[in-house]
Amino acid sequence: MSKIYLANSRLSDAKIGPLLKKFSNKVNVYPPGTCPLTVQLSLLQASRNQTCGKCVPCRDGLRQLEKMLIRILRGRADMDTLIEMKELAAMIRDSADCAIGYQSAIEVLEGLETFKEDYISHIRRQECTGITGQKIPCVTLCPAHVDIPGYIAHVQEGNYDKAINLIRRDNPLPTACAMICEHPCEERCRRNLIDTSLNIRGVKKYAVDQIAADKVEVPRANPATGKKVAVIGGGPSGMTAAYYLSLMGHKVTVYEAKERLGGMLMYGIPNYRFPKDRLDEDMNAILSTGNIEVKYGVNVGVDVPVEEIHKSYDAMYVAIGAQAGKKLRLEGIDAKNVFSAVEMLDEIGHDRKPDYTGKTVAVIGGGNVAMDAARSALRCGAADVRIVYRRRQEDMTALDTEIESAVMEGIELMLLQAPKSIEKDEEGNCCALWTQPQMIGPYRSGRPAPVDAASKEPLRIPCDVILIAVGQDIVSAPFEEFGMPAQRNVFQAGLDTAIANMPGIFVGGDCATGPATAIRAIAAGKVAAHNIDEYLGYHHKLDCGVKAPDARPNNRIPTGRVNIQERPAYLRKHDFEHVECPMTYEEIQQECGRCLRCDVFGCGKLDGAVDK
Amino acid sequence: MQITINGRNIEAAEGSTILQTARREGIEIPTLCYLEGVNDIGSCRLCVVELSGSEELVPACNTKVKEGMVILTHSERVKAARRMVLNLLLSEHYGDCFSCEKNGDCELQKYCIEYGVETTEFTGARKEKNFKKKDAHPFLSYDPDRCIECQRCVKTCSHVTGRGAIWLGKTGMFSIIDAPFGEDWKNTLCESCGNCAQACPTGALTVKRRKAYRAWEVEKVRTTCPHCATGCQMDLVVKNGKIVDAVGADGPSNHGLLCVKGRSGSFDFVDSPERIRYPLIKNKATGEFERATWEEALSLTASKFTEIKNQYGGEALAGFACSRSANEDIYMLQKMVRTVFGSNNTDNCARV
Ligand code: SF4
Ligand code: SF4
Ligand code: SF4
Ligand code: SF4
Ligand code: SF4
Repeated sequence: MSKIYLANSRLSDAKIGPLLKKFSNKVNVYPPGTCPLTVQLSLLQASRNQTCGKCVPCRDGLRQLEKMLIRILRGRADMDTLIEMKELAAMIRDSADCAIGYQSAIEVLEGLETFKEDYISHIRRQECTGITGQKIPCVTLCPAHVDIPGYIAHVQEGNYDKAINLIRRDNPLPTACAMICEHPCEERCRRNLIDTSLNIRGVKKYAVDQIAADKVEVPRANPATGKKVAVIGGGPSGMTAAYYLSLMGHKVTVYEAKERLGGMLMYGIPNYRFPKDRLDEDMNAILSTGNIEVKYGVNVGVDVPVEEIHKSYDAMYVAIGAQAGKKLRLEGIDAKNVFSAVEMLDEIGHDRKPDYTGKTVAVIGGGNVAMDAARSALRCGAADVRIVYRRRQEDMTALDTEIESAVMEGIELMLLQAPKSIEKDEEGNCCALWTQPQMIGPYRSGRPAPVDAASKEPLRIPCDVILIAVGQDIVSAPFEEFGMPAQRNVFQAGLDTAIANMPGIFVGGDCATGPATAIRAIAAGKVAAHNIDEYLGYHHKLDCGVKAPDARPNNRIPTGRVNIQERPAYLRKHDFEHVECPMTYEEIQQECGRCLRCDVFGCGKLDGAVDK
Repeated sequence: MQITINGRNIEAAEGSTILQTARREGIEIPTLCYLEGVNDIGSCRLCVVELSGSEELVPACNTKVKEGMVILTHSERVKAARRMVLNLLLSEHYGDCFSCEKNGDCELQKYCIEYGVETTEFTGARKEKNFKKKDAHPFLSYDPDRCIECQRCVKTCSHVTGRGAIWLGKTGMFSIIDAPFGEDWKNTLCESCGNCAQACPTGALTVKRRKAYRAWEVEKVRTTCPHCATGCQMDLVVKNGKIVDAVGADGPSNHGLLCVKGRSGSFDFVDSPERIRYPLIKNKATGEFERATWEEALSLTASKFTEIKNQYGGEALAGFACSRSANEDIYMLQKMVRTVFGSNNTDNCARV
């Protein structure tokens, strides 16, 4: 009899798990500014290390590709090397037996295309293209390039006011970002090499929770320049521009269509995520710079012609956001009780809560707005809230934490359901949403696309209210008529936010990118302010009066990341109060202590390590 | 079913591979790792062909035919891929054909010549030169420098010989064959049959005797192994009238295989100086054997047997045939024992 056995836990396959985890962490945090060819080399080395050694193309060919790539990186290759690489990679793609071989070759071929310029630069000039060079990970990936290690260190030292002013050097909305930033800065935090990303947003939140932003004095504005700048839109982008322009000494007039400042932060993001009184702290601080006048309730392009604004000011920054909910073409869309999610949130932002008591609400969409609308509907008394989405959960664009919170509050995700039509009762009220079940299919433009699941019957989802959250549109028409170029309503500007051939007109934020994050809008406002200043003939350098404190030695002990806790779902889902709980002193000390101060250790000390 | 190869319509048998079908039709597709019925792991990728409707090239050796397939076995794309394979193989092959046992009989050499790959564009990147040569075995030796890791030897030993004595010592990028011919060869599972060497397409795993001859210097004589009753077919390799080697031939009972006795113990006695080449009769006076004629020798033997039979009866005699004799001879011997001796005491040592 021949026996069989269970897997031996001493086998390397079992022991290798943690090592692989470390490996993937390392790969995930390749420092920003890394030469793409070195990443390609790592990938190729991982590929050739995975070969089983069976077939020639993969076993021997990948190693040769690697050698060619190293030759290129060493500056010892010519353009023929590229052709040779392509030929060999194509042959491996065509003839390797399994995915380890052919997929590796496909990656090389794709890399040769995507990073063509970098390859050529290495061959012709024996060096990287100028745009590479290692940088401080978090600072680089923060669109506004906030001095993150600096303010983390201030929080650790207990200098909360200094932390806030250091943040404001690059981002005048510290409270907003403390509450709702999607924190791209955390993505490649060097701390991942040891354990996990720092909770950067958490640290900022702790700072503004200790001392309100409007209680921290802003730097003194420069003497008045006599220049006048119009900012259209009092959202994060417009107010950021207003802040810096005002500090520079320019006279700023903000045209805000609504009654309060903040744009989507005010009227799009529900109070439970970002309490409005906390938003006011940022806005008050900005206004305290002294040179800002806000004209509320003025809808530029409707109440005042764009032309007129343009004529009355020395420069103009358009930051009107993406305010209109996208429409869905659907049979029965005209039924009563079918609303745009953006409008519904706007109503709530105006303190006009709809009464959904006992109702069933269906929300169409899978982004953050869908989550906001669904969770708000719940807080308006809805008995049942369902999110209907045509792809899978992992395809949702909403933040994972937002989805998780929604689910915890009892919202059901009805996935792979493509809206088909809306059923009306005799009075014209919507009474059900019909969907066509989907099946996830092959990738189209980078993500798996849903296709009709032929063998599944349409589904009837009974509901009393339907909220549509399938994206936002930019109300660009008046500005387009004025002459500002746009593509599908998105304004076209350079990376300097200036519009080509329209001197003095700048544009940024959602209206120049399509709906994006607050921090990207803030970054655009900062860039616009500096470039407007240059345009007006100045070259102001603003001093926030704060520097990063000295670094403590690195704490190398692997330590868990402290996450922000939320109030229990069963309680919080009934009110619009803030869902997040404050962090404790011990928690924040431990969290700050994990920061590796990449501004001081490593490449952070080098010239060019900080983006402006 | 109908398929098309190089524009020719061909009737292919269900379940057969592209390679089998092509070869049956006389269309040559090069292979290195393939060994019919033994190895179809598809590792060398030399047999790749172009198949309409498939973006990638497919290996002919392990792709089954399907109705309507349209195949090109020698398109430019295919030939370029094959040249690349050979280039890659040569880059990890530190061989010198001049001093190689397989020179002239080497499949790698043959295809490199056929595809015009005389030197490689690549320099080796994977293997250490002179690493783990295994040469202590009396008949067999393994030189990793010449090995292309096709694994024909591995599959032959495990699936055909049934020993599993040779395997991959390291995998992946560092692949190397672990052959049992080192200092400890006696303590391995190897039974020294040499079937692995016969399976090897290159000069990596060889029967050491090969050093003594070149493929073009010899002729082959088909015969039956003289040892046991299995009756394996073998080719005696003859150089200048002398047997220098024995290789397995495709016979009904052995399909090309031989055991250690057949391969390495079945011919060197032919030219042994100790071999008895004519009858000898012992001179009672001196105690020395002296040359005699067949007549004398047979008469003497017959008279002695008759004496014994007359005195003690036929039962006192027995006849034992050598297994190396032909069946006909053995038949004759037992016939003689039964009819002339009048005895049933007869047997043969042909048991393995
Ligand atoms: S392609 Fe797959 S089967 Fe071939 S050597 Fe690579 S890993 Fe092994
Ligand atoms: S360890 Fe600190 S400085 Fe380094 S990337 Fe993370 S947060 Fe930034
Ligand atoms: S194995 Fe073949 S190619 Fe290699 S040296 Fe020997 S004869 Fe030449
Ligand atoms: S000589 Fe025979 S038993 Fe030994 S490794 Fe070769 S095939 Fe296996
Ligand atoms: S020793 Fe010969 S048969 Fe074995 S893997 Fe090497 S080349 Fe192939």
